[in-house]
Amino acid sequence: MDTIFALASAQGKAGVAVIRVSGPMALATAQSLCSGGLPARGMSLRTLRDSTGNQLDDALVLTFSAPASFTGEDVVELHLHGSVAVVSSVLRVLSDFKGLRLAEPGEFTRRAMENGRLDLSQVEGLADLIDAETDAQRRQAQRVLAGQLGDLAESWRQDLIRAASLIEATIDFADEDIPEDVTPEVRILIDRVQHDLIRETAGVVIAERIRSGFEVAIIGPPNVGKSTLLNALAGRQAAITSEYAGTTRDVIEVRMELSGLAVTFLDTAGLRETTDIIEDMGISLALDRAERADLRVFLADSKEELGVCFKGGDILVHPKADMRLDKIDSVSGITGEGLSELVDRIAAVLKDRSISAGLATRERHRIAMERAKESLEAASLFLDAGTNQYEIAAEEMRVAIRSLESLVGRVDVENLLDEIFSSFCLGK
Amino acid sequence: MKHCDVIVIGGGHAGCEAAHAAARMGVKTALITLKREGIGVMSCNPAIGGLGKGHLVREIDALDGVMGRVADKAGIQFRLLNRRKGPAVQGPRAQADRKIYREEMLSETECRIGLEILEGEVIDLLMQGDRVCGVVLADGCEISADAVILTTGTFLRGVIHIGNIARAGGRLGDRPSVLLAQRLETFGLPMGRLKTGTPPRLDGRSIDWSGLEMQPGDENPVLFSFLSKSVSARQIECGITHTNSQTHDIIEKNLNRSAMYGGHIDGIGPRYCPSIEDKIVRFSEKESHQIFLEPESLSDHTIYPNGISTSLPVEVQEAYVHSIKGLERAEILQPGYAIEYDFIDPRSLRPSLELKDVQGLFLAGQINGTTGYEEAAAQGLVAGLNAAHIVRGKEAIVFGRSNSYIGVMIDDLTSRGVSEPYRMFTSRAEFRLSLRADNADQRLTKLGLDLGCIGEDRKAIFLEKMEQLDRAKSILSTTTYTPTQLNAAGIGVSQDGKRRTGLDVLAFPNVHVEDLQSLIPELCDMAPAIRVQVEYDALYATYISRQANDVDALKRDERHAIPSDFDFASIIGLSNELKQKLVGARPTSLAQAARIDGMTPAALALILARLKRGNRAIRA
Repeated sequence: MDTIFALASAQGKAGVAVIRVSGPMALATAQSLCSGGLPARGMSLRTLRDSTGNQLDDALVLTFSAPASFTGEDVVELHLHGSVAVVSSVLRVLSDFKGLRLAEPGEFTRRAMENGRLDLSQVEGLADLIDAETDAQRRQAQRVLAGQLGDLAESWRQDLIRAASLIEATIDFADEDIPEDVTPEVRILIDRVQHDLIRETAGVVIAERIRSGFEVAIIGPPNVGKSTLLNALAGRQAAITSEYAGTTRDVIEVRMELSGLAVTFLDTAGLRETTDIIEDMGISLALDRAERADLRVFLADSKEELGVCFKGGDILVHPKADMRLDKIDSVSGITGEGLSELVDRIAAVLKDRSISAGLATRERHRIAMERAKESLEAASLFLDAGTNQYEIAAEEMRVAIRSLESLVGRVDVENLLDEIFSSFCLGK
Repeated sequence: MKHCDVIVIGGGHAGCEAAHAAARMGVKTALITLKREGIGVMSCNPAIGGLGKGHLVREIDALDGVMGRVADKAGIQFRLLNRRKGPAVQGPRAQADRKIYREEMLSETECRIGLEILEGEVIDLLMQGDRVCGVVLADGCEISADAVILTTGTFLRGVIHIGNIARAGGRLGDRPSVLLAQRLETFGLPMGRLKTGTPPRLDGRSIDWSGLEMQPGDENPVLFSFLSKSVSARQIECGITHTNSQTHDIIEKNLNRSAMYGGHIDGIGPRYCPSIEDKIVRFSEKESHQIFLEPESLSDHTIYPNGISTSLPVEVQEAYVHSIKGLERAEILQPGYAIEYDFIDPRSLRPSLELKDVQGLFLAGQINGTTGYEEAAAQGLVAGLNAAHIVRGKEAIVFGRSNSYIGVMIDDLTSRGVSEPYRMFTSRAEFRLSLRADNADQRLTKLGLDLGCIGEDRKAIFLEKMEQLDRAKSILSTTTYTPTQLNAAGIGVSQDGKRRTGLDVLAFPNVHVEDLQSLIPELCDMAPAIRVQVEYDALYATYISRQANDVDALKRDERHAIPSDFDFASIIGLSNELKQKLVGARPTSLAQAARIDGMTPAALALILARLKRGNRAIRA
């Protein structure tokens, strides 16, 4: 059984962040971080250090021994100071331990269930939480993939499928018309991906590309005051406003902190039928971004009028409170009426989804790339050894592709077969 | 009314293996076939095994099935494919004598205790609610049974095409069973349409072999069965020739007359076995395609030209065949044809191959969308064992992806379905390094002994081999050696101060048991087969232990069975999209659910929560 870990507490600048480690190596790992001396069960205040002795943080370390723990396994909780830098450095150190890996969403719960540690009504309560976590990760991943890393990941996917399919073709179609030695092309493909991975994991680049925090899209018909609302939220002139409908065409982003959470507000083009090509492009961009955002604020009279799916947690507010008699559930960017109520509602929803999507995803991607790098390196070595180790090279390729799954998507044997059958004339 | 425990309909490769498996399990079994001579007929290329397929044959053999032993008797050319690659991806293959194969299979079937062969046509199933309880024969006679296994290949709406001529039929020369097909239709099972093709058969006496490259079999033939000691039939060579630009011209000019290109066929064909028309259209840049000329039998002259299957009209087949070197005067004994047929979406099956909605009815072979004798036989085996378990009221026998290619295939079929005729490839097995042809017995014979489907001969041989293996492994793992000792023995290791066992050292590439003999003298007595086995195991040991976590996780998921009346729709927290997919696929275990597209770990946790709670309605 693997030992798993993950950030278990809320995202943002909370005072305390909790990282939970569960599995047979939990205690040994914690001992190593704290330079030993932890009780099997209890609470200790310790300085955490990495393998070279650098101080990470002063932390409260809670140890639980199986079976009396949340998961029924040995569990360690590290209560850290809640800064993003501290949390991410501790996650990174943990991922370097052999036999430890980041937990999948719901995996702690799953283990608790397997070990009979959860009463089933508790499980149902957790269902929403797991779901939100998965959803948050998925959205975060989509956001990453829509960005620059997405293009890279797509090229990795293609290169890896091609490389793996070449090796598999020589294995599964040995008595057919296939070149005996595919190593030269495979090597070029592997090297190319390897080169990218080395650059990406060097640190700086990825940190800039993968944003943490939530995205909130403001959507609505033209000229209801979306940009004015954004400006009011931002407290500065971030978007150009005018009385002309269709003023906002590009998506405008404003980052801010909302009750300790990092939030990026997106001001989008007003949704309406239009013959203006540029405005139309703006609208489809708006729809696209709104779809991927964590939360949508519908600035409109009803949910239905926009033709955008209203998802759980989305907020409907009526526009132009300053011009209404009935001010319930309405907001005005001009007078500020309803503004603080709206901020509270947004913060409440986001806090509910109190999961560390951004940070965890960033760490997940980094680990994925590190693991893939190692496997590709090994695959290269086995390729050099000649055809009698192709099957081991193929195994390393498979591990590499699986490691990168969160970035390049699932690669099935069918994807490899597709590539094989489109490249080679098989069937004797 | 006559009663049998298990009835198998069809005497092809799936049917034979199913009937034998059920009989080995000790239940009273009847195999019903149109004619006795049809048992064990190889209707396509008379070859058994290959990559992935050879693995399947070994696994069938490890469970004491018949295919491996019969193929060894009928083999007229044995080749181990991928000899120059690692043992995990080596697959035994043999060209078989069609006649010997059929005769041996018939005699095995006649001799099997508890298995009766009945000649007749099954025209209907006897039903008791949604449970099958027997069959009706064309002569009106009824036989009752606890389980029925249907292995009728391409009989569902089978249509044979030669050029623009189409006629109903299963194999060339067989009649389709219309009534039985109608009964199946009443079950409302999801179906799809597939096609496959065959090449024209040639008379070997009219081929000019003198200028052709000849391919002999292996010098040391690797057989299929763990029981076989040596080949029994005379060994032959196969010829190799090639198509040329003239061949391609003829085919191109006549493309519109091909059934497949003339728009007469809508079924989906296998991409790994394209027709010659397909090859020329899709790979027009290739100037030539390889053709293997494979003798079908020692006792007649039929040659199977592997590589030119077609649905062109007979005169075009003649023209293009004659344009090929060595075949200038070749006589066509039987024209090539394409066959189109319906298959039943295998997602309507449980992993035991029993239909989810029709109790007691099992499907095996081509009817499930697969192709190949080996794939069919392996399914027959699974259906036969499980039918016997139903008779006894025992739990289903489920093969896993981590223990066998059989398990990989069954899981692929029942959880993913098929989009083209399904054929085994080694790349389908994620645990390929441990699922090897060489260790099929160690993976499955023990299971077979527990099930009770292993005969005394095999049991004795297996137990003896396991004892020898255990002894060998203990000799190789008890003592550790320093780098200095190892280097002195001529085994190059770095001076890292690490002590290593014999097994550790065998994991290095190019270290063999004989290199260790000077250090461990007991090894001199080790039988060659055991040496090889120990070396193979050591070679992959690192990878196999690395995969152990994945295997454990998979097995955990496989153990969580999902009951057939499980209500996915009412699970709170599952997305509607996933609910729909789950309701459609009706996975039978958590492992199957995990293979559904778009499944998330969280969703699995929710399903598990519901499973643990029992299938009661959840509070709103």
